Order: sequence, then structure tokens, then C-alpha cells
Amino acid sequence: MKQKQHGFWDDVKKYRSLLLMLTPAVLFFLLFAYIPMSGIILAFKQYDYNGGVFGSPWNGWANFKFFFDSGDAWRVTRNTALYNIAFIVVNNVLQIFAAILLFEVAGKWFRKLTQTVLFLPYFISWVVVGAIAYNLFNFDVGTINVLLKGLGMQPVDIYNTAAYWPFILVIVSAWKTLGYGTIMYLAAITSIDTEMYEAAEIDGANIFQRIMKITIPNLMPTVIILVLLAIGNIFRGDFGMFYNMVGNNGLLFSSTDVIDTFVFRSLTTSNEIGMSAAAGFYQSLLGFATIMLANYAVRRYDKDRALF
Amino acid sequence: MSSTTANIHSPEMRKKPVNRDKMILSIVGYVTLTILAVFCVFPFLLVISSSLSDESTIIEKGFQIFPTAFSTEAYSLLFKYPEEMLKAYGITISVTAIGTLVGLFLTSMTAYVLSRRDFKWRSSFSFFFFFTTLFSGGLVPWYLMIVNYLHLKDTLLVLILPMLMNVFYIIVMKSFMSSIPDAITESAKIDGAGDFRIFMQLIVPLSKPALATIGLFIALAYWNDWYNALLFISKSDLMPLQYYLYKMLGNMDGMRKAMMASGAVVNTDLPTESLKMAMTIVATGPILLAYPFIQKYFVTGLTIGAVKG
Repeated sequence: MKQKQHGFWDDVKKYRSLLLMLTPAVLFFLLFAYIPMSGIILAFKQYDYNGGVFGSPWNGWANFKFFFDSGDAWRVTRNTALYNIAFIVVNNVLQIFAAILLFEVAGKWFRKLTQTVLFLPYFISWVVVGAIAYNLFNFDVGTINVLLKGLGMQPVDIYNTAAYWPFILVIVSAWKTLGYGTIMYLAAITSIDTEMYEAAEIDGANIFQRIMKITIPNLMPTVIILVLLAIGNIFRGDFGMFYNMVGNNGLLFSSTDVIDTFVFRSLTTSNEIGMSAAAGFYQSLLGFATIMLANYAVRRYDKDRALF
Repeated sequence: MSSTTANIHSPEMRKKPVNRDKMILSIVGYVTLTILAVFCVFPFLLVISSSLSDESTIIEKGFQIFPTAFSTEAYSLLFKYPEEMLKAYGITISVTAIGTLVGLFLTSMTAYVLSRRDFKWRSSFSFFFFFTTLFSGGLVPWYLMIVNYLHLKDTLLVLILPMLMNVFYIIVMKSFMSSIPDAITESAKIDGAGDFRIFMQLIVPLSKPALATIGLFIALAYWNDWYNALLFISKSDLMPLQYYLYKMLGNMDGMRKAMMASGAVVNTDLPTESLKMAMTIVATGPILLAYPFIQKYFVTGLTIGAVKG
């Protein structure tokens, strides 16, 4: 027994400076991630300000019942998942496509310039994107409607028509993340062993065969990691995006309300802390289950490519 | 060239298919990338041009790519009574500077420890951090923690602390540092250097590309942050730039008031649309200017080859 104790403290001593270096990060994640996890019990409580998180009376499943009975639960879940699936597919395909083209297209200055330009949208805040969108879609002076009027057509009231927004949001997401993802994939392509390409060339492979047989298979680990991470967030909406593009426009909720905007609204405007916490808990559970399933699936297919 | 098969036996023609494929790909590449690039740059041109347009032309003809009636009125109005905006600028610059420096230091230090293969609890700690991306308490407990338990509401710290560290950046940094040969650490240890000294004097200089890349991302997140302000800031003195912009865009009356508060005699027909766009440019400018200087590090700095703990 003495030996075991000796072993552990011996290690602590041995790694004391490394452990010390980890302390700030550990504290950070304790404060901002682990301790708040205990707040999940709020989902089962009737929150009141005097009682706080732990002193408020229990409420059983009432918050969940309220959330599911309101009819919002299905709508926000469906919207969040469908948007994220569309984002994952469209964004990754576009990014891989652009990265391969950037890698293969010869001109150095062209490559540099394109890379810079594609990255521009990533650099602006969602607030600014919201302002730009308003410029384009605004009923009176928006560019699209001015063009339509110029062509003698009826202007469209985009901010009052829910049906347009899935398309707009998918395009905006692709636009905003194109440069970032492209560089991520370009970094992965650049690290592929050039000897493989040389060998393929000697064997007479043409450029498309090289892309299909070398570049894409070698990108798969990166694709899988990024997609797995994205799948873990499939029930998390990009709040900044939805809030700035749509705001609290109730007319569009049927196609734009996601779990995050719903939780935010119930927390800030209607002050329904219990239900808001229940919806947040429901979101975390769904996300956790999804990533576990996805990881399990990848593990079965190829153990080395799973996240954990 | 109607038929390639006819010439298949001549040696110089045998190379042709390869070149033709390259040609096709080049054409597809240049055309597609140009279209994508135009797509990415177009909204910026629209904003710049609208900010330089005469208000009545915007009302009449809408936002245009090329300003037909040039006017710098929006900018001169913006810079005439800049107090509110400068205050917001000050907040954003301080938050970005402090947050980036501290965040980058802590991110790289954590990543370094996790990249040390001889560290016994390496994978346990990696999982401790990674787990937070899998599961969380959600917005409400996080919010209550910051407001009720840490009492950070309406402080400068609330704009800095919650965004200080991000698991994904730790992973990217760790994976970069893992590619630095162990021999460097080993030989420094033999020479008697401590872990912290090895980190500061050997690893940090060698990790320049990753530090530049992650540093830019952290800076970008701070510069563009409005969400923490939306949740936690109610004092106008503490409003960062993007949140100020957000408020102004939604509320031009507020802007008029702000301008009057700073002593302006503002007529009622403020050039609202062009003013919004001018503000957008001013709020975005600095971070866009930083990008070209750091771009060269990007491809080497961003490797996520080995995410796993």
C-alpha cells in the first residue's frame, strides 16, 4: 500500500511543473464548462431568484412537458438538424472542391489572391453580415429588388416570406465558411507525400485519377474528423448567424427558429428559465447521443479514424 | 484535334492526354475559383460603394456596386462626433489585445503539456478538455454561473474571460507541437532546462506559424464578439464595437440621440443607409488589415492531422 501511494505522489512531483502549467486551463474549463453542467438540475426545478440554482423547488418533468406541449420543440429540433445537415454537406463539398482546385491550379499569384479573397467573409462579424444581407434583401432599396424592378418584375418581400430563408441561410453559411474550410483542407492536401503523386504520374495516371485515387482518399481522415465534430454540433444552431440574419422576426420562425434562438428568447424575453434550461438540456443530450452514435459508426468502419 | 487514337503511336502525342487533362482542370479551376472569389468579394464592394453613395440616390435607385453619386457625407458625419464610437473602439481594442495575449499564452502552454509524450496523464487531461465539446450544461446554467456566481455582469472581464480558451484551438496547437521532434525537448532537459523554460525558449519560437494562425483566430473572435455583450453588458460605457454597431443598425433613432449627446446638431434627415454602411466599414477595417500579414502562416499553422488524445 505504501508503495502505491509513493507511486502517485512521485508522479505528481515528477510532473509538478507540467501540472502547474495545466492549472489555468483546468480551472477555466471547471468554471465555464464543468460546474455549469451541474446547473442541468434547473431543468427539473421551478426557478426563483431567491432560491437560485440549488434552492429553488423541484418541478419534476413540468418544464419538459411545457416545452414539448408548446409545439415549438419539434419545429426547432427539425430546423436545427436540417440546417446543420445542409451546412455540413454543402460547405464541406464546396471547401474540398475549392481546396483541390487551389492546389492544382498553377499560377502562384492567382492562388494567393483567391485564397485571400475567399477568406474575406470569414473575417467579418455576423452583425456586419446581417447588415449586408439587409442591403441585398430589403424590400424598398435592396439590391435584389432594385434589379427585379429594373427588369420590370414585382419586388419580393423576402423578410416576410419564410420559404426563402432555408436557401438564403445555406448560401450565407457556405459563403462565410468557404475560405476557412478551404485552407483547412489545403493544409491537409499540402501534407500529402509528394512521392505518391510522382509514382502515380510514372504509372501513367492522369490528373483526375490522381485526385480521385490519391488526394481524396488522403483527405478522408481530415474530412471524418471535421464532419464528426460538426455532427456533435448538429443540434446546436449558430446563434450569431440566425439572430443577426433573422432576429426576432416571428413571421419567419417556421423556417428559421432553431433551438439556440428559442432558448435565448425564452431566457431573455419571456424569462422562462426552467423551460429554457430544459430545452438546453434536451439539446445537449441530443448532441451527445448523436456524436456517440457517429463515433461508434466510424469506429466500426475504421477504428483509427474515430474521435475516441 | 479530332481524334487522339489516330496518333497514339507517335511518342510526342502519347503525352498529350495528360496535358489535355491538365488544361481542362486549369480552365475549370480558374473559372470556378474566379466565380467563387467574385461571390465572396461582391458584398464588400456593395458596402463600400453604398457607404460612399449619396443618400437620395440609394433611396431612389437602391444599393449599387458602383456609386453613381459620390458622397463622403456619411464618413464626415461619423468622424465629426466620434466619441461614442471611439469609446466602443477602445473597449474592443483593449479586450482584443488582452484576450489574445492571455488566451494565446494559455492555449499554447496547455497544448504544449498535452503534446509531451512523456507526460503520464496526457490522455486523461486531453479527454477532460475534449469532453466539454461533447456535452454542456447549456446556455442557462452558463449564464447564471457568470451572472450570479462569478458576478461578472457589466464588467470588462466578462468580455474577456468566457472566450479565453477554446478546445479546438488547443487541439490544433497540440497537433502542431507534436510534430516538433522530441529530441529537442530531451536535449534541453539534459542541459538542465525546466519544463516552462523549454516551452518559452524552444517550443514557442518553433511554433510561430501555429501561434500566428491561432492568435489571429482568437483576435478575430474577440474583435467580432457581440454575443457576450448582448448577454452581459447593459452599460453603454462598456459596449464593444460590434455590439455598438448592432445597436445602431437596429436603431437609427438611437444613433441620432448618440450624436446629439455628443454635441451634434443633427438634422432629421440623417443619411441613414449610407451611415450604416460607413459604420460597417469602420467596424470591420482593422481586422481585415491584419489578415494579409498573417496569411503566409496559415497553411503550415493549421494542421489537424491528429486530433485524438
